[in-house]
Formats: sequence, C-alpha cells, structure tokens
Amino acid sequence: MKRDRILGRVLGPAAPELTCEQCFEELDRYVELVVAGAPADERVPGMHAHLDGCPACAEDFRSLRDLVTRQED
Amino acid sequence: MATALMTTPTQRPADSPARDWVERLRADGPEGEAAVAELHALLLKAARFEIGRRGAELKTRGGDGEDLAHQAADDALVAILGKLDDFRGESRFTTWAYKFALLEAAVKVRRRAWQGREVPLEDEAWRTLADAGAGAGAGRRAEEAELFAALREEIERCLGPRQREVLVAVALNDVPIDVLAERLGSTRGALYKNLHDARRKLRHALADRGFDLGGGEEQR
Repeated sequence: MKRDRILGRVLGPAAPELTCEQCFEELDRYVELVVAGAPADERVPGMHAHLDGCPACAEDFRSLRDLVTRQED
Repeated sequence: MATALMTTPTQRPADSPARDWVERLRADGPEGEAAVAELHALLLKAARFEIGRRGAELKTRGGDGEDLAHQAADDALVAILGKLDDFRGESRFTTWAYKFALLEAAVKVRRRAWQGREVPLEDEAWRTLADAGAGAGAGRRAEEAELFAALREEIERCLGPRQREVLVAVALNDVPIDVLAERLGSTRGALYKNLHDARRKLRHALADRGFDLGGGEEQR
C-alpha cells in the first residue's frame, strides 16, 4: 500500500460523516443527484466523507451510480 | 433528471408508468403478484450486474454467480417488501430498490470470496506500517517515518481490543467489513462505528504529539 493510502485508510476522513445506516438510507437520493450533476454533497452532508472512509459503502455507491447511469444511456 | 427529482410522486417517471409501485406491490391477488414478479426481475438484473462486476473475485473461489444472483434478488425482495413504508419518493422507486439488490449481491460475493480464508493477523499490519515508514527515506520523509512509528505505538496504546481488531483488519489488512462482521457476529454499521471511534482517537493522539495530519482522505 502507498503511504498516503495507508494514512487515509487508518485515519479516515477528518470531516463529519454519516453512519453506514444513514448512508444506505440516503444512497438512492445521493446517486440520482450525482448522476444528474446536481450539488449532491451540499444536499446530503456527510455522505462524501463517509464514502471516503468506508470502502464497502463506497463500492455500493459506485455500483448504484453505474447501474443507474447505464439505465439512462 | 434534475427535473424528475423535483416532481411529485404522481408524476414519477418511466419506471412507474401507470400506478405507483408501492400501491401495486400492496395490491391483493394477481395484480400484486405481477408487481412482485416484475420487481423480482429488476432485482435479479441488478444482482447480475453487481456479480458481473465482481466476477474475478468469485472465479478464484469457484463460486456460482447465477445462484448467488438469485439468492441476492430473493433476499432483496424480502427486505424491500418489509420496508415499503420507508420509501419516501425522494428517488425513483427502481433506484431505491436496486440498492437493496446491489448490497445483497456485494455482501454475498465478498463473503463467498473469503470463505475458508483466514483474516490476516496483526503482524502483517505491522509489517505494512514498518514498510511504509522504512520507504520514507531522508528529509521531509523522515518525518513520515516518525509518523508511522507513532501511529503504531498509538494503535497499541490508545485503542480498545475491538477498535484495534477492526482497524487492523479493515484499514490495514483490507478485510471487507462485511466479512469481518460475519466472523465477529456483528454488523457493518456497528463495526464501522468501532473504526470511526478508533480513527478519532488516533487523530487526537497524533495531533497531541504534534503531527500535522491534514485531511488524510482517500479518493473514492
């Protein structure tokens, strides 16, 4: 692992973040905002930091974003 | 799509053409059964999408992706039917539903991929930290070596056993949190809380020792 990545993973995000449960609850709304190019991080505060800190939720985000994007193509 | 997000539920777009998904799923008789079958087909599609992305993880374990996709769709359907009251109409119904199928599929693949594998021990994590510190070299990098040495000390000194276990497994040894949750009889959310608390303690401890940590954020 690269040093920055190790520090990022060990220390996590500095900003306040959602919990995994809150992340799952907001994920569909957040993804639609992201796909629409809307200010998703403003509308769902704490989501970006959580996705930086939680690898599993970040994978769930990318999967839903990509699936929704594919549906729209 | 920005426009679609601002519409009222009765104007919801193409995925609920005639009547609301929730209403149809709650209907008795053939109408309800048809809606459930339609939803299951969508969930199966989402589960196959997720498992397709993770094909390499499964192949190495000889997993049956199609079987897992059906299990994920079945479990997602049960979860969704039990949570229809939670659907707030803030996204399309299909987007809301897909997240359940993707989660179920991802968790099943991670767990299948780790079946029979041991969770790496702390020793491997310490080597990771030592390597990172040793690779630092002179000048500014010497400070990084100090930081990694301090990090290891604080991981041992200021974290509780569960916090250390979760931090080492998830953050240093790349064990998926869902796999660890299964092994420890816990949940992703509970273990992430342990990880979050551990990170906060480490940040404070290192700041108290004079290290400038900056953001330390990982790219998505």
